[in-house]
Amino acid sequence: MSQLPTHTVDKPKGRGKKIFNRVLILVILAAIYVWAFAGIEEFEIKETAGQISKAIFDGIIHPDWAFVNEEEGLIFGLIDTLAISILGTFISAILTIPFGFWAASRRDKSGFFVTGLGRFVLSFIRVFPEVVLAIIFIKAVGPGSFAGVLALGLHSIGMLGKLFAEEVEAIDHGPREALIATGANRIQVLVYSVLPQVLPGFISYTLYRFELNVRGASILGIIGAGGIGAPLIFALTSRNWPRVGVILLGIIVLVSAIDLISGYLRKKIV
Amino acid sequence: MSQPPKKTIPKPPTRIKHYLTAAIVLVLLALSYIQTGSSFMDLITNRDQMASLVIDMFPPDWAYFEKIIEPMLETIRMAVIGTTFGAIISVPVILLCANNVNRIPWISYPARFILNLIRTVPELLLAAIFVAIFGLGMIPGIFALTIFSVGIIAKLTYESVEGIDKGPMEAMTAVGANKVQWITFAIIPQAAAYFVSYVLYTFEVNIRAAAILGLVGAGGIGLYYDSNLGFLNYPRVNTLIIATLAVVLIIDFVSNKLREKLL
Amino acid sequence: MIEFRNVSKTYPNGVKGLKNINLTIEKGEFIVIVGLSGAGKSTLLRSINRLHEISEGEIMIDNESITAAKGKNLRHIRRDIGMIFQNFNLVKRSTVLRNVLSGRVAYHNTLRTVFGLFPKEDVNLALNALDRVNIVEKAYTRSDQLSGGQQQRVSIARALAQEAKIILADEPVASLDPLTTKQVMDDLKKINQELGITTVVNLHFIDIARQYATRIIGLNAGEVVFDGPVEEATDEKFQEIYGQQLEKEQQRGPVGAGAE
Ligand SMILES: Nc1ncnc2c1ncn2[C@@H]1O[C@H](COP(=O)(O)OP(=O)(O)OP(=O)(O)O)[C@@H](O)[C@H]1O
Ligand SMILES: [Mg+2]
Repeated sequence: MSQLPTHTVDKPKGRGKKIFNRVLILVILAAIYVWAFAGIEEFEIKETAGQISKAIFDGIIHPDWAFVNEEEGLIFGLIDTLAISILGTFISAILTIPFGFWAASRRDKSGFFVTGLGRFVLSFIRVFPEVVLAIIFIKAVGPGSFAGVLALGLHSIGMLGKLFAEEVEAIDHGPREALIATGANRIQVLVYSVLPQVLPGFISYTLYRFELNVRGASILGIIGAGGIGAPLIFALTSRNWPRVGVILLGIIVLVSAIDLISGYLRKKIV
Repeated sequence: MSQPPKKTIPKPPTRIKHYLTAAIVLVLLALSYIQTGSSFMDLITNRDQMASLVIDMFPPDWAYFEKIIEPMLETIRMAVIGTTFGAIISVPVILLCANNVNRIPWISYPARFILNLIRTVPELLLAAIFVAIFGLGMIPGIFALTIFSVGIIAKLTYESVEGIDKGPMEAMTAVGANKVQWITFAIIPQAAAYFVSYVLYTFEVNIRAAAILGLVGAGGIGLYYDSNLGFLNYPRVNTLIIATLAVVLIIDFVSNKLREKLL
Repeated sequence: MIEFRNVSKTYPNGVKGLKNINLTIEKGEFIVIVGLSGAGKSTLLRSINRLHEISEGEIMIDNESITAAKGKNLRHIRRDIGMIFQNFNLVKRSTVLRNVLSGRVAYHNTLRTVFGLFPKEDVNLALNALDRVNIVEKAYTRSDQLSGGQQQRVSIARALAQEAKIILADEPVASLDPLTTKQVMDDLKKINQELGITTVVNLHFIDIARQYATRIIGLNAGEVVFDGPVEEATDEKFQEIYGQQLEKEQQRGPVGAGAE
């Protein structure tokens, strides 16, 4: 043992530090929880809570089927929701492409303006919830679905940009080199060696974002930016539970259907 | 060299599928454009209005910071508690859904189906429903975030659990472990890292989500967005945006550091 | 003709990749460059089409300095030099034909190539190139569905479609089995003889080098330590040059596989 002094000394030291780290994290976590729960308001279940829950449940079981085909009814609202998410997703995908390349770290160049700033801009965009963006766009283009389209289109750039950048970072640089060696110019190199590698990923992520945007678009109506959200919030505030029920079912069906289709397409692309 | 080779060359595959796909996408886009009443002309003609909106936001109302500290903390609290409850509830859900843990298909498939149903409902909608049940305040927000978190954590983790190394599981079966021992020694050590990382990720998502739940009356900073925008008080809106940005960036940073430390 | 005039290359980290290289490679030669791992073979080859910048000296391609060339000029010189890589560097998701056609992009304006509008002659040229390396039947197959040897033949076809006057190949057979190695090397030799394309190949194996080369260049630590016809490149000669290094390396496989 005396021949291996470094081992006998080093090991417990490193371990002690690790344990210390863990304990420190646990203590911090405990403090956070004490703080979080201390701030919670007194929790009393209102007598009506049970009643309302039952009413909502009844409403879902006996939905207001008449609303489905009404003018500006369920079908119309869901189509509007879908249209908002399709257009919003498309706009964001197109706008994201340059961002993806901007925020990707590269072998040949580095520095704040190449990658760091791009990443910061993306985080900055991601901070604005689509609902808040929608409120702002409503001020600009008036209430309605278009404001919703713009909100989704802008908000989605934040997440898509990050994913696109990762895709760009993961490309095989060999084909790029091969194209440069043939005498291709920058754009030709991009089109013939980079795009074919990143496009399937881009499309797949766009479809994934589309799934999220359908969910997002279904609540935009709450603040007046089109889609099924408007009749929903109206039904909720007027306590029209059968109508809430039918709308909820409609959203679940729409989102599930889109998830299925999009999931199938994504599997096919890869 | 400009003659095609004599040998039989294969026929180029038809491009019909590509053209059809492109056509479908274009039609969908056109229909969506019409349905939503979109008009990029509007956007261009209204650019002054948008610019003035942005100009109105400056300078931010710094004094307002003091007033929004409390709701901001409330937002963080909601996210902390919602994520925690969500994580706790996720554990049994994960074990039920992962088909290499729960080998009974008539349990794992319905469990996944319900999980997928939960995931279809947007968090703001959950919050609106819980507000109807419990009244205004943090409580409905916490409930909404809890359910929302289960949807994310359970889904991501059970998929990872299904991909874990089979070796330890077989080893535990070989030594004759019972189900609880089997889960403790074969599943948890491998799944824990994923679980923690997904919980932290969900926490980041929840901070953003919690910031808007107030729009439907479920506590936090969201209510203040609504009222200030309603009163056209843009300097205050700007303050809110800056505060939210700061909190989100800090939380992301801390969460990332924590993830690195724990893994 | 390729001319190295006092070429040196120092990597940013201070490593000397090439030390004062002077070489003249005539049209139609089949040159094999050999050397131990790290000798500077790739560095030398990649300086020819300026995938690597050199730090000193000048490289002339057909009496035009590629070292001084810029922009469009540089791209035109590169257009005449085909390159073949150890790991093929095909776009795996694209079809074989599209990969071969990508060798033609430098001949057309950007807009045209962005939309993939190649003239009929180009497509025939590409198909003929594929025919020459015997895989024209795979023209519309996705490249990742081909074996390694087939992929390397596609990349040879790309260089052919490029109508290159020079072909550079950096260990084109290093990831192939002996049989496919022979096919690929035979293809390169055939092209060299039939079309008179100057060919410069980096190889680890001296016995293959002797089989195919008209002239062998030996590198060591960035310097030319042998340059002569195949007949002079005897085992004894290389033993002398690389000495103990060779023996050591031999146990691991590369360079001196002459003993095989
Ligand atoms: N990008 C680089 N940065 C720094 N040094 C490099 C770089 N590329 C190569 N080198 C160094 O330059 C020397 C020559 O490398 P080179 O790749 O040309 O060798 P090689 O003969 O092709 O070897 P191998 O047979 O292993 O491919 C080596 O010492 C290598 O470590
Ligand atoms: Mg090399």
